[in-house]
Amino acid sequence: MTDALLTVEDLTISFPSDNGPVPVVKSISLTVAREIVAVVGESGSGKSLTGRAIMGLLPCRAHVRASRMLFEGIDLQTLGPAGWNGLRGSGMGLILQDPKFSLNPAHRVGRQVEEALLLHTKLSARERKQRALDMLARVGLPDPERVYASYPAALSGGMGQRVMIAAMLINRPMLIIADEPTSALDRGLQDQVLTLLRSLTEEFGMGLLLISHDLQQVSRYADRVIVMRQGEIVERLPASELAQAQTAYTRGLWAARPSFATYGTRLPVFEDSGRPS
Amino acid sequence: MQKAVLRSLPEPHNSRQPRWRELSLLGPLSKWLMSFAMTLLGLALVTFAMTRLSPIDPALQMVGDHASQSTYQAARLELGLDQPLPVQFLRYLQQAVSGNFGQSISTGQPVASDIARTFPATLELATAAIIIGSLIGLTLGIAAAMRQGGLIDAIARFVSLFGYSVPIFWLGLLMLLLFYARLHWAPGPGRLDVMFQYTVKPVTGFALIDTWMSGKAGAFRDALAHLALPAIVLAFHALAGISRLTRASILSELGQEYVLTARAKGASLSRVVFVHILPNIAGTLLTVIALAYASLLEGAVLTETVFAWPGIGRYLTTAMFSGDMPAILGATLVVGSCFVLLNALTDVAVARIHKGQAR
Ligand SMILES: Nc1ncnc2c1ncn2[C@@H]1O[C@H](COP(=O)(O)OP(=O)(O)OP(=O)(O)O)[C@@H](O)[C@H]1O
Ligand SMILES: [Mg+2]
Repeated sequence: MTDALLTVEDLTISFPSDNGPVPVVKSISLTVAREIVAVVGESGSGKSLTGRAIMGLLPCRAHVRASRMLFEGIDLQTLGPAGWNGLRGSGMGLILQDPKFSLNPAHRVGRQVEEALLLHTKLSARERKQRALDMLARVGLPDPERVYASYPAALSGGMGQRVMIAAMLINRPMLIIADEPTSALDRGLQDQVLTLLRSLTEEFGMGLLLISHDLQQVSRYADRVIVMRQGEIVERLPASELAQAQTAYTRGLWAARPSFATYGTRLPVFEDSGRPS
Repeated sequence: MQKAVLRSLPEPHNSRQPRWRELSLLGPLSKWLMSFAMTLLGLALVTFAMTRLSPIDPALQMVGDHASQSTYQAARLELGLDQPLPVQFLRYLQQAVSGNFGQSISTGQPVASDIARTFPATLELATAAIIIGSLIGLTLGIAAAMRQGGLIDAIARFVSLFGYSVPIFWLGLLMLLLFYARLHWAPGPGRLDVMFQYTVKPVTGFALIDTWMSGKAGAFRDALAHLALPAIVLAFHALAGISRLTRASILSELGQEYVLTARAKGASLSRVVFVHILPNIAGTLLTVIALAYASLLEGAVLTETVFAWPGIGRYLTTAMFSGDMPAILGATLVVGSCFVLLNALTDVAVARIHKGQAR
């Protein structure tokens, strides 16, 4: 929580429409230090777009404006294509939801895990392979040699997400953005993967921006929580104080978690949210 | 929640891999052979029906109008025309399989040797055209996708629209008019200058290879010059489809999540396209190129007439005008088999590409 890795001030993202530009993220500010910051909110609240804006990976239709976007002293708003390519994969990484779609089906796992090393270091092929095997073992995959040589189609969802984590962390980035990294996994695996992410974040001294819609789950792993609704930040508080959240919206999110207790009953729907979650 | 339950596979175990890979290989191959054989059989049946439905009497054509009744009967007997139709069909099949299509009425040669002479010319032209067409088509499609909305994209759009809408024979005539009649850049019709036609020994039937092997640089250059214009016209037609499809499939892949992952690792746009996307769309591109190749073989009938290219297309046209039934049947069967074979080979190649990634 000391000095910030990432500082975002007044970030606004809008898309053009027939009635002029429509803002979908509205003037939000956040900082991430070497800690885990969770961003939660209902579907469509702008969590993913915020994460992608930080990585410079928004679709070109999107219009981004901010009064400040700094990453380790680098002004992200002045970066050109080459600058971004140098930063992604070495300074920051992105973990997506479902490894079935986010891993390249035509490349072997080893090649995908090594790619960041190939792009950002001068390591030899042998050194790269050794680092990749170490990393695969580090994320808890049994038999790294076999995983290294297989195609993604041969992996289960949990294994795939571990491979994804290995590929993003291999070059020791400072910041990881994980966009719903466990939504495609089943319950038992979700906690395994989140625990792994937390321990690696601590071990590597990284910052982690953990995007999720499951407030209860994420609160067990995050240091701080940022709650978003309709493109705005409605609440920010330490994870330990979530149970005493101020806004009705946050308390609603807290209760909206599907569980066996709520199974078969209707989940709470927020009035005037316009979008059932 | 529903989704999560469905996905609950045991973690370190890989349950999606088929256990009996060796056995499962046998299935597709035999299925493929079956459909290949069935298609050829169908083709033979159609060509056979053509002979029986056409007003041309093969026996009469063989002996001529002025032959006596007994000569005519003898010819009918020799051709087996007195037999019931199924027997005739079997006989026809047997002859076709052994490469015996009878004698051409107009050339007086066995149809098989006519085909052996003309088919390499067609194959040479179509192959040259597909090589040029896919090289340019892929390059144009890739460049257009990477600079979507830019100048190259506009050029590619224009070129492919033009290639789609302009008939091949018309473009051929136009090019001949310009490069042959006006500018005198291109040599005349045919595959080789008369000067070389009798000095270069036809070994393979491919003019480029034969002249190359003969060691005569002038002859090789002449063969190349003859090939250039028709090959470019055909290539133009092929690259229209190839470039459009390349562009469209790259653009649709660019929106995929694995591309986002690659970009998040610091891959540049060109690395994403060449290293990440192309292997994923290789099967699609291969299919399109093979289809274009097949349609070039098929379209040879028109181009070869325009360019007086002595290939199987022109042979077929000539045979049709003179009602030369054995020649029509033989040529149709050969072109048809090539078509089927090409499609089948493409299927196998595409299946191989996909199988590699499923491991
Ligand atoms: N390419 C786009 N064009 C126009 N609008 C878009 C585009 N991408 C996203 N949006 C809009 O921006 C809003 C925020 O999208 P975003 O993907 O950030 O939501 P999210 O919080 O990640 O939701 P989810 O939990 O469903 O992933 C949505 O209302 C969406 O409709
Ligand atoms: Mg999202």
